[in-house]
Amino acid sequence: MAILDSTSESDARRIARPSGVILLLCLALAAALLKPVLPAFLIRVPEWAVLPYDQWMQWLFDFIKDDLGLIHVTRTISAGLEWLLDITANLLYGKNRWPHIGPLPWSAVAAVAAVTGYALGGTRMALLAGGTFVWVALIGQWDLAMQTMSVITVAAPVAVLVGLILGLAAWKFPRFERALMPILAIFQTLPFFTYLLPAVIFFKVGPTAGCVATIVYAIPPMVLMTALGLKQVSDEVVEAGQMSGSTRWQMLRHVYLPSARTELLIGVNQVIMLSLAMVVLTAFIGMPGLGAKLLSLMNSLKLGRSFEIGVTIVLVAVTLDRCSKAWVVKQPQHFERGTPWWQRHRLLLIGIGAFVACLIAAQFIQLADHIKRGQDLSMGSEIDDVIRAILSNGVITSTTEWLRWFLITWVLIPFRNALLWLPSTSVILTVAAAGCFVGGWRSGMIAGAFFGIVALTGWWDRSIITVYAVISAVVLAALIGLPLGILAARRKRWADPILLACDTAQTFPSFIYLIPAIMLFGVNDVSVVFAIFIFATVPLMRYTIEGIRSVPDELLEAADMSGATRHQKLLAVQLPLALPTMAVGFNQAIMFAFFMVIIAAFIGTQDLGQELQKTLAGNQLGKNFVLGMCVALMALAFDHVIMRWSANRRKALGV
Amino acid sequence: MADAPVISCRNVWKLFGTDPEGYLPAAKAAQSFEEIRQAGYIAAVRDVSIDVGRGEMLVIMGLSGSGKSTLVRCMSRLIDITGGEVIVDGQKIMKLDERELIELRRRKMGMVFQSFGLLPHRTVLDNVAFPLEMRGQDRHERRERALEVIKLVGLEGREEYFPRELSGGQQQRVGIARSLAIEPDIWFLDEPFSALDPLIRREMQDEFLRLRGMLGKTIVFITHDFDEALRLADRIAIMKDGAVEQCDTPDKIVLSPATDYVAKFTEDVEKSRVVHAKVLAQPLNGHTPDGPAVAADATVLQLARQLVNDDRELLPVADNAGKIVGAMKRQDALDILLGPA
Repeated sequence: MAILDSTSESDARRIARPSGVILLLCLALAAALLKPVLPAFLIRVPEWAVLPYDQWMQWLFDFIKDDLGLIHVTRTISAGLEWLLDITANLLYGKNRWPHIGPLPWSAVAAVAAVTGYALGGTRMALLAGGTFVWVALIGQWDLAMQTMSVITVAAPVAVLVGLILGLAAWKFPRFERALMPILAIFQTLPFFTYLLPAVIFFKVGPTAGCVATIVYAIPPMVLMTALGLKQVSDEVVEAGQMSGSTRWQMLRHVYLPSARTELLIGVNQVIMLSLAMVVLTAFIGMPGLGAKLLSLMNSLKLGRSFEIGVTIVLVAVTLDRCSKAWVVKQPQHFERGTPWWQRHRLLLIGIGAFVACLIAAQFIQLADHIKRGQDLSMGSEIDDVIRAILSNGVITSTTEWLRWFLITWVLIPFRNALLWLPSTSVILTVAAAGCFVGGWRSGMIAGAFFGIVALTGWWDRSIITVYAVISAVVLAALIGLPLGILAARRKRWADPILLACDTAQTFPSFIYLIPAIMLFGVNDVSVVFAIFIFATVPLMRYTIEGIRSVPDELLEAADMSGATRHQKLLAVQLPLALPTMAVGFNQAIMFAFFMVIIAAFIGTQDLGQELQKTLAGNQLGKNFVLGMCVALMALAFDHVIMRWSANRRKALGV
Repeated sequence: MADAPVISCRNVWKLFGTDPEGYLPAAKAAQSFEEIRQAGYIAAVRDVSIDVGRGEMLVIMGLSGSGKSTLVRCMSRLIDITGGEVIVDGQKIMKLDERELIELRRRKMGMVFQSFGLLPHRTVLDNVAFPLEMRGQDRHERRERALEVIKLVGLEGREEYFPRELSGGQQQRVGIARSLAIEPDIWFLDEPFSALDPLIRREMQDEFLRLRGMLGKTIVFITHDFDEALRLADRIAIMKDGAVEQCDTPDKIVLSPATDYVAKFTEDVEKSRVVHAKVLAQPLNGHTPDGPAVAADATVLQLARQLVNDDRELLPVADNAGKIVGAMKRQDALDILLGPA
């Protein structure tokens, strides 16, 4: 009886849904076609209806800051952070602050890195970690890199700690979790400019603000992974702890936290990677370091040196990522009973030994202490020449020139104009229809409302230009990434290296992707789209490969035994089952694109990013927040629709 | 067994749902598990009353979803019950506060889990010493005791291994050692051998019988394997849909199943392996049959040859001390051995 009921109910929903979708789509189409006769308020929200949200927000922020005295709290926090930052800054690059010990010789840091790498992942990791630091020193970027590292070494642990506490609270109090999760979702889609400005206003200009922005940006995954890890500690382990008579604190300390080790460490890995991504971007608020140098070099089109810095950033990213991932999978080793303590702590002793040896060596050998200007092996200008020579090659120039002309004239500009021409109502209705299609009326309302709010803020045109860049790039990425992914997934020999390449590419700070774009296409819309395109292709390919490869062998064998050709197998078995996973990749591509399009602001786009960048100069916190919310809401609308679809498919497939 | 029972369950109910306490009176009035389910509640334990005597081994047998695991968790208060009461060593455990409950577990209870429930980041030694560490015993003492129990379960030499480096059988030995570390009076085992291969399972059952003989604890043992239940139990409680269908000695369950459900389990059982001579023995009424006696603890199968060859109608049955406790009709035993004529 109950079963009968539920099927008829879902049938009814299935009938209701398409009719709703068709209705919304028809309305959207009608709004577009009837534009000439449409009342003006349906085409764009009229000016009088755009309320001064930015001023209200500004007033609200001022109230919180000054009247409620939040500024005093944040000032206290920044004093504490500054103290920590001064210590790492002194140790790593010799900033003239307490404890006045540094800078540590580069050889000592590299030696410790190598031993740490060995402890985590054997010889290969030792070579990677040690090699990275040797490269940084030899190429003459030691101080820059250490300026960046000094912020990360403070920001990452603080973010881990705060994330851990919030995650614990979310796990303990479901109500807190329900309140926290939407906030985290917004945080994860807010453009980075919206992190930067409040940080500057509340926490002083300079490294402290950069550090705060980095911490806030890196917290969400730690919260999520902590809550997730604690939730999936197996019931029996929990019960075993309780039956052993553990108190609550003992349960947490000895049972929950150690059992959630894997998830917690994955959280740590993500915190480190996000910290690096953000700390590079704090260049926009004048934080010195690798990011700032890269920004100024790219602005002056010094491609050779940009390239070198890019390599450094990539090496640092790969090292941090690989080492923290090696830590995730590293299992404790047992020693036979009676092993002496120096054997148990062999690596620790070697690390200390190498550190001290390098310290002593640095006293006598200048090269081991620091690399002077002129001693470095930087070949920036030579690489510059080579790049210029390659780029001035007739074939390449004509190809990129033609591509640029073709894309701008025939694809990008017409598409942008079309989107701008559409009445807001039409766009909102289309988005609502998409939401309605995947998740019923509720999803339709949510998706439509998100875009509706954007329209009400009065930043519609800027927002649409942002969406245009995102969609163009993601479509381009899908056209190239999906077929490549499918091809790669079908050959095991290709799949593994490509997957590794994608994983590695995903660890690069987004900034890096602008280097080749600017090299090839100069400073214009095409290079923005191109940068987003490379950035977005990576997750698309990665999830396509993963989705196809995770189809169970039994199903493939069943298809083989049914006499399916490779082609039939792909179309009838692999793709349908891989689609939910591929949708996740698509979603990530769009989220990445929204992130990237804002960064591209400094190339000179006309979208929300540009406006956001302007707010940095004017300290317009209210406007900054409104613009940031526009980006976040649009991203969340896409996120909601795609993830909902993926979840529905998964449920329907029963996986 | 003149003592008061160690564990005593009185009309215990455990309901899962939105408002279990509020629904309890209605559940008590309900006729069946199905009726309660229609109302949106799951009756995991339904009006169960069981006593476990000191030194007794009670096996709770049931298929998955029958509520056997929930019942044992009600006894140790890993789950709070909805109605009725559970009395452990004279204490109503629902009345204990958190500190008293922890104290009870630290002093009197040990539990073994189906998937072992070992802490993956601790060595065998540290896992076994965990309950001792929790109650604050000093490092040296708990190490001594842990080594002792590890030796008892036959894992000497593996003290420094991590759980992932051990086979399933060895991991469960660690689980057993851990549950014994505090020398508990009451030992709960929740399907301890279900996750193991058949051969290992058999080996572990033998090992378990050995430990049980040495330690003489009160044991509540859960299984879904009827053969295992018959092999190990003093008494078996068979559960279905949260209620106990029958609670009796293996012999009686096999000889006279109380319900059709129980009968389905006993159908395929080789009864002669289960039924002991003492169960078939009838009072002597002053007349002692002649000739050599059979042992009260012998199963009918063990006596098979003698039953076929002997031509006496009544056989005397003697207990361990050699005292004649009754007489067994040979025909009864033969019926069990060969099936009724």
